[in-house]
Amino acid sequence: MIEAIKVENVSKHYGACVALDHISLGVQPGEIYGLIGPDGAGKTTLFRILVTLLLPDNGKALVEGLDVARDYMAIRRNIGYMPGRFSLYQDLTVAENLDFFATMFGTSVAENYQNIKEIYAQIEPFRDRRAGQLSGGMKQKLALCCALVHRPSVLFLDEPTTGVDAVSRKDFWNMLYRIRKAGVTILVSTPYMDEASLCDRISLIQKGRIIKTGTPEEIVAQYPHRLFGVSGNPAYPLLKFLRRSPNVLRCFSFGSEHHVAVSPGQTGREDLLKQIQDAGFRNVTVREINPNIEDCFMELAKEEGQKS
Amino acid sequence: MKEFFSFIKKEFQHIFRDKRTILIVLVMPIVQIILFGFAVSTEVHNARVDIVGDSQDPAVRQIAERIEQNPYLHVTAVYESASAVSERFRKGKADVAVCFERNFDERLRHYGKASVRLLGDGSDPNTAQVIVNYVNGVLSEVQADLNNSGGTRQATFPHVQYMYNPAMLSSYNFVPGVMGLILMLVCSMMTAISIVREKESGTMELLLVSPMRPVGVIISKAIPYLVLSLVNLATILLLSRFVLGVPLRGNLLLLLGISVLFILASLGVGLLISVISATQKTALLISGMGLTMPTMIFSGIIFPCESMPVILQYVSDIIPAKWYVIMVKKVMIEGVGVTYIYGEFLILLAMTIFLLAISVRLFKRRL
Amino acid sequence: MNEKKDIIVVNELTKKFGNFTAVDHISFEVRQGEIFGFLGANGAGKTTAMKILCGLSLPTSGGGTVNGYDLSRDQEKIKRNIGYMSQKFSLYSDLKVWENIRLFGGIYRLSGKSIKEKSDAMLRYLNMTDLKDELVGDLPLGWKQKLAFSIAMIHNPSIVFLDEPTGGVDPETRRLFWDLIYEAAESGTTIFVTTHYMDEAEYCDRVSIMVDGVIADLDAPAALKQRYQAADMDTVFRQLAYQAKRE
Repeated sequence: MIEAIKVENVSKHYGACVALDHISLGVQPGEIYGLIGPDGAGKTTLFRILVTLLLPDNGKALVEGLDVARDYMAIRRNIGYMPGRFSLYQDLTVAENLDFFATMFGTSVAENYQNIKEIYAQIEPFRDRRAGQLSGGMKQKLALCCALVHRPSVLFLDEPTTGVDAVSRKDFWNMLYRIRKAGVTILVSTPYMDEASLCDRISLIQKGRIIKTGTPEEIVAQYPHRLFGVSGNPAYPLLKFLRRSPNVLRCFSFGSEHHVAVSPGQTGREDLLKQIQDAGFRNVTVREINPNIEDCFMELAKEEGQKS
Repeated sequence: MKEFFSFIKKEFQHIFRDKRTILIVLVMPIVQIILFGFAVSTEVHNARVDIVGDSQDPAVRQIAERIEQNPYLHVTAVYESASAVSERFRKGKADVAVCFERNFDERLRHYGKASVRLLGDGSDPNTAQVIVNYVNGVLSEVQADLNNSGGTRQATFPHVQYMYNPAMLSSYNFVPGVMGLILMLVCSMMTAISIVREKESGTMELLLVSPMRPVGVIISKAIPYLVLSLVNLATILLLSRFVLGVPLRGNLLLLLGISVLFILASLGVGLLISVISATQKTALLISGMGLTMPTMIFSGIIFPCESMPVILQYVSDIIPAKWYVIMVKKVMIEGVGVTYIYGEFLILLAMTIFLLAISVRLFKRRL
Repeated sequence: MNEKKDIIVVNELTKKFGNFTAVDHISFEVRQGEIFGFLGANGAGKTTAMKILCGLSLPTSGGGTVNGYDLSRDQEKIKRNIGYMSQKFSLYSDLKVWENIRLFGGIYRLSGKSIKEKSDAMLRYLNMTDLKDELVGDLPLGWKQKLAFSIAMIHNPSIVFLDEPTGGVDPETRRLFWDLIYEAAESGTTIFVTTHYMDEAEYCDRVSIMVDGVIADLDAPAALKQRYQAADMDTVFRQLAYQAKRE
């Protein structure tokens, strides 16, 4: 079976700045593949290479077996692309935007209505509103409709949920699952680590390099330390105290808890609890927890930083 | 083909939904023509004419009488030496001098040919132009009478010369000039900005990713502005003909033909600008400073190219508007046919092909 | 210092655009020295309300005070006494680090001497002394945001407004940024912050959640979680925001 997306050893420089540093990855047909990393990690550059807008300096990138450099016209017919910024015509209405993009791909909204019905139904009441006057969540839905209207087999979504509130983000992911059901391969990038677990497989990317690839579960399972969730009052002094504590490898706050990493077999729960209570903190709880993707990302980013 | 129409429709929607664009594209030309038209006064009364020549010469006297009879002209002085003319102009005592050659009447009788020279006070070029035209009118009447009376008496050819400003602007000149300027501005600037706006808003990414070929994008971007430019052209011609009374002597189709050619050249310039600028601001700056100024200066709209230093004349040769303005002047005002302009036409055609080819070539199919 | 003092008092604040009510009679107080999270879905009226509080926009009706200055009458005084940092506008990327500091010091009318002292102290605190001649545009995003935050505090405002300060930053830098916020709060500065990261909502002393132009709820994160029987703020937020009717 041909991989839907195949990236082999791709690099891209802008002057002296290395945007992508020997990236390789493969996406299977019909999966939702997440590219997870902060701004400036190189996500957008990789997307632009894959949608044939940029040429890689070296390496090879294939979309459905077609080379991005050579067969770019064939690729352009088969893919849907939603760029990072809201990139539709603000002065055209919802319906006009959709019609326009449909005809640009040689099809019509009527022909593919079934394909976008579920999403379009949510914005159809506003079909005569100018796109510039839509709320963030609506704009995002419209952009997704425009990217889907020609029935692409591979969908590229570059940070579709950035700046979108938590509720709309949830909605958006539900839409992606429905699109996947129709057999569409989806490559999606996001700076939100919590969205990683929603993907089938992910690559963590930082400073132009992929620091880990796998299913979210695999990545979490490979976390090397033992992790405790610690809470207590006052919270910020507790954080500073934990960071100074000799047995603690790392400590970051996660919502109401601090995640404290220790070497397996060195410090137990009881030890830690006693240490904290002795220091005079109130309402202290310490529980062993499973790491999440964000813990893993920070750990891997650190390892990567130490390597280079 | 469908995506083509869809694209063009979208462009028109952009234009008509933005008040500023409409203002620039459709209102500005009208305002400019009217402003130019009324800034240039065309009415002159009681112009003072000096007669320079032999006051005893019968033909000279005859012409002087005819001038005196003209309601707008009157003869202020008659003297023999042309060297006194500039002094009279300087003191503001005369507006125009009609200089007859020696033995004017005799030459006219025996050789059927005699020459008259008109000296206008070029320090006020527009007024001088009008007065000279009046005097010219009188001279041609005389000429016609002489021709009609038969015999060996042939026409005299007045030789017009302007002092202080030898190659002076005609009051009609601004119309071809403004036409060149407006078409250049609307086509180049608006095309460039509309393409760069898509770059800025990120929609260019989507267009490039679509199967539509870049050439298709370029053509569908260009067509709306071509249409608008034709509307502008019609507006300008109607205004200058019926409001300003500028003659439209030549073949209208020919005028239309050269205008379309010039519009295409301007579109090429606009595309080039859009290739090199990343933001609308840059595009505006380039087309404003880098395009409008040279067009105004070098195309002969304000200053005659002939009076520029040679180096600048060469520079002016690369400005497409220069050739367009020359052609429009010839066709529109002089009323000549295609044989008189084919040189300029070929130059502009070559420029257009070059500009379009290079801009289509440079237009990126990737980011 | 009186802990109970309210630094922001908002009473029936309303903003209408035509017949659309963006902010609909909201009332709340922010206490001096607290970290106040101002959450809401896109289009809930958050940005509009924040603009009024920063003295950039006038309320249609209702009103309130920021640091004792009236929202309708003393806009200029409000602007001079608050700090503001947003993800979108923060610093001039074509100016060097120290030039940005000097510029904003000048804008807030600090004397040349105190700008010098402050910028030295700031650069030392941020560990950026070696970077002071760098163009801000060349700094990594995380550094930029830290610098922007410090510059927003250059005139020792009693309250600082942060509009999505951590968007797009990597997880570690995001947490280091919150360290700065904590430090500022410990030294008595009131922090008024908006964010899309729900874990960051947990770091706030109190959180308000706007839905459809009104404040749907306001309390400490722990109390909110208990009230909605939710494990985290994300769930609380979703429960409230799903009630939204308008778009």
